[in-house]
Amino acid sequence: MAHGPAKGITRWLFTTNHKDIGTLYLWFSFAMFILGGFFAMVIRAELFEPGMQLVRPEFFNQMTTMHGLVMVFGAIMPSFVGLANWMIPLMIGAPDMALPRMNNLSFWILPPAFLMLASTLFMEGGGPNFGWTFYAPLSTTYAPDSVNFFIFAIHIMGASSIMGSINIVATVLNMRAPGMTMMKMPLFVWTWLITAFLLIAVMPVLAGAVTMMLMDINFGTAFFDAAGGGDPVLFQHIFWFFGHPEVYIIILPAFGVISEIIPTFSRKPLFGYASMVYATSAIAFLSFIVWAHHMFLVGIPISGQLYFMYATMLIAVPTGVKVFNWVSTMFRGSISYETPMLFAIAFIVLFTLGGFTGLMLSIAPSDVQYHDTYFVVAHFHYVMVAGAVFSMSAAVYYWLPKWSGRMYSEAMGKLHFWVSFIGFNITFFPQHFLGLAGMPRRYADYALQFADWNMVSSIGAFIYGASQILFLYNVVATIVAGKKVSEPKTWDGANGLEWTLPTPPPYHTFTTPPDLRDLHDHQLTDDQMEEHPGSATH
Amino acid sequence: MNSLFLRTEKRVILRKTLRLFSLTFLALSGVYVQAQQEEVSSTALLNMPIGVSTISHEIYNLHMLIFWICVVIGVGVFGAMLWAMYFHRKSIGHEAENWHEHLGVELVWTIVPIFILVAMAWPATKTLIDLYDTSDAEIDIRVTGMQWKWQYEYLGEGVQYLSELSTSLDEIYNIEPKGEFYLQEVNNHLVIPVDTKVRFLLTGADVIHSFWVPDFAIKKDAIPGYITETWVEVTQTGVYRGECTELCGQGHAFMPVVVNVVEKDEYQFWLAEKKQEALDIAALTQVTFTMEELVERGEEAYLRSCAACHQANGQGIPPAFPALAGSAIVTGPVEAHLEIGVNGVAGTVMQAFGPLLSELDLAAILTYQRNAWGNDMGDVVQPIDVYNYIQAQ
Repeated sequence: MAHGPAKGITRWLFTTNHKDIGTLYLWFSFAMFILGGFFAMVIRAELFEPGMQLVRPEFFNQMTTMHGLVMVFGAIMPSFVGLANWMIPLMIGAPDMALPRMNNLSFWILPPAFLMLASTLFMEGGGPNFGWTFYAPLSTTYAPDSVNFFIFAIHIMGASSIMGSINIVATVLNMRAPGMTMMKMPLFVWTWLITAFLLIAVMPVLAGAVTMMLMDINFGTAFFDAAGGGDPVLFQHIFWFFGHPEVYIIILPAFGVISEIIPTFSRKPLFGYASMVYATSAIAFLSFIVWAHHMFLVGIPISGQLYFMYATMLIAVPTGVKVFNWVSTMFRGSISYETPMLFAIAFIVLFTLGGFTGLMLSIAPSDVQYHDTYFVVAHFHYVMVAGAVFSMSAAVYYWLPKWSGRMYSEAMGKLHFWVSFIGFNITFFPQHFLGLAGMPRRYADYALQFADWNMVSSIGAFIYGASQILFLYNVVATIVAGKKVSEPKTWDGANGLEWTLPTPPPYHTFTTPPDLRDLHDHQLTDDQMEEHPGSATH
Repeated sequence: MNSLFLRTEKRVILRKTLRLFSLTFLALSGVYVQAQQEEVSSTALLNMPIGVSTISHEIYNLHMLIFWICVVIGVGVFGAMLWAMYFHRKSIGHEAENWHEHLGVELVWTIVPIFILVAMAWPATKTLIDLYDTSDAEIDIRVTGMQWKWQYEYLGEGVQYLSELSTSLDEIYNIEPKGEFYLQEVNNHLVIPVDTKVRFLLTGADVIHSFWVPDFAIKKDAIPGYITETWVEVTQTGVYRGECTELCGQGHAFMPVVVNVVEKDEYQFWLAEKKQEALDIAALTQVTFTMEELVERGEEAYLRSCAACHQANGQGIPPAFPALAGSAIVTGPVEAHLEIGVNGVAGTVMQAFGPLLSELDLAAILTYQRNAWGNDMGDVVQPIDVYNYIQAQ
């Protein structure tokens, strides 16, 4: 029996190895991140000055739509699935994912889906131009013909996510090492378990929404057409019943990553582990019952409006608990500032700012002024980019030495961080001002009073965009020519089963599960860390 | 010795950083003050307008209240964090402690925020109730959003008209210099009286639009098949500019809202004039025009109502927006051309312009289309032809 990877391209095509599939997911998501980033650059270049310079408004709308779709479904979600594939088995002492063949399938249906989605840009009539939220009837009666390809692509992405999630749930519930009970799992595993349940619950709802669109467009139904007895607002209810949990699907794994990194570089155990788990569960639960706060202006009755406002405000409580816990973890620690820690700290600060604007947006009467303006754009980029993307960068720098057996250049890592951090803030902070001053989102062109801040924002975007080239360079340079490391623990403050494995880990790990029956909380003791229980491999 | 040197160096860096920060802050506040004095620089736009309606003040105050609460919480959280980041560094030899649980503080920071939220929810609820109180409006205006313009109908007054962007395509495509109200100017303003409660009933003709005037703090979706409502009572006369805020296709950024708020008697005068204008236009339906007159009027109306899709040169953007130059319909029998102009094409972006435009404008546009861009049909469509066509349906 061969124990190493197969040779050539078949290694990647037929692989059922969680590490290989994790790597595939990560590279795929990075490619999508670059593609979606390219769309963003087109948007910001067009908005650099008032007037239409580079593209037509119609193509501008395709850019905003594709930017959103590619970043959400192609970059952020698959990147965390990749992280889950790599890390969950290592963190819980499992030899692989529970359903390895399905794991292969759930990855390999993604590239065709995105190829199909991207190809719509070259079709007659252009690609999807109705925003990533694709409100009916703009996305049905008034959509370009390519909408059918968009619908099919969404179906495939949904199937991929559902399979990935089932795999994660099955792995976490069944394959933990003896002694690793639920409340002793690393927080990253917890947040992904909860995320996976969210995905299984809401991806079918999205599939239902696009299927109804498909019927309306091609088979004469009128789910969303008022003239046929349907209801355009119904679409929004269905979409946001998916869409709001979706934003937590994106951010919860990021919470998990941060909860691993902050204790490592604070050299102090995570504060309030149990309350972190409860807070994550509370956020997940609340995410299902607040969807209509995206629809404060569609004319829902005041009682509904009040309910959705109060419920949304409540999310601040568990989210606050998480932030307080992270800060308490740092407090009286012994903090050092390696690249992952810098990204993690930036995450806490910027995500909290995004949380504040989120709280402001939850106030229904004020939302009248914020709704669909750049204030919202600023808000969700603070939580999506500074949240999800920064945590992903942190995760890559944190685990790359473990994955590759090579150390990245700390100076280059820090350069990447500072350029991203500054570029990000120059891009998105002024967008708060733009929104409050009255600039609506998804505008291809704007009035003259918005010119200055738009130019500032565009300059920031080019800086932030360029910083990702540094990221790519750092990762490639590390893998190809980084200083070799072989210590199981890359970071002196790290704790967890993955750091008991050799660096880089062999192709198969934990073929014999580590015995953790004397584990008394979510922290491994020094003895347990030194036992190298995972190094046993054939 | 070495560590002492490091200490001093760090202190110097710290001092330099502080100076940099304070300089930046001064520079920024300088820009802000200057901008406020000049009232031209757009960097002055940092916050929500206080606005000129009763509700806009309430919303502004609520916004600032929540903002300051967030600032206070932020200062606390980030302050603690910065403290730890500075004083609990490994590089200054701080040893990590090992505590990682404390039920007391965890309960406190779960429960205290709930009270803060209640403090926020109280005024928010009050404002929301005011916002929803559309009762006792003195004037009802139906606002219909359509690709890519607004139609205003003064209910019970027999006055209705379209309001379309008046910024020229040359300004948008950087051929001409941009005017002061670039993209925020329209051919026909919405006119309402000051100190009067006005109710807006909103609907969409094609896709969802959203009607926003920042200074009034009103924004509501205009949804096809629905009628949503909102209201405003403006306390100051003037011209106020807003926009469409729900993505509605390629013209989304090009359908502004401009509202004239005038004295009450001026409003009555305007309304009477508008009624008379409607009668005059109706009377023109009986008049026979020359081709030159129709083409001249038609070109103007075409650029306003048709060029966004079919383009000024009649080439359209196929396949969604067919070319009119050389089109089989435009160069075919007048009846087929009238049919599309009056009734639109179901299930497409092509609207039914019969109810939107006067017979005169419709006739002028059709005549223009039949004789422009090398179509050279040489025939004219008179207002009465359009009138008869509509009546015959």
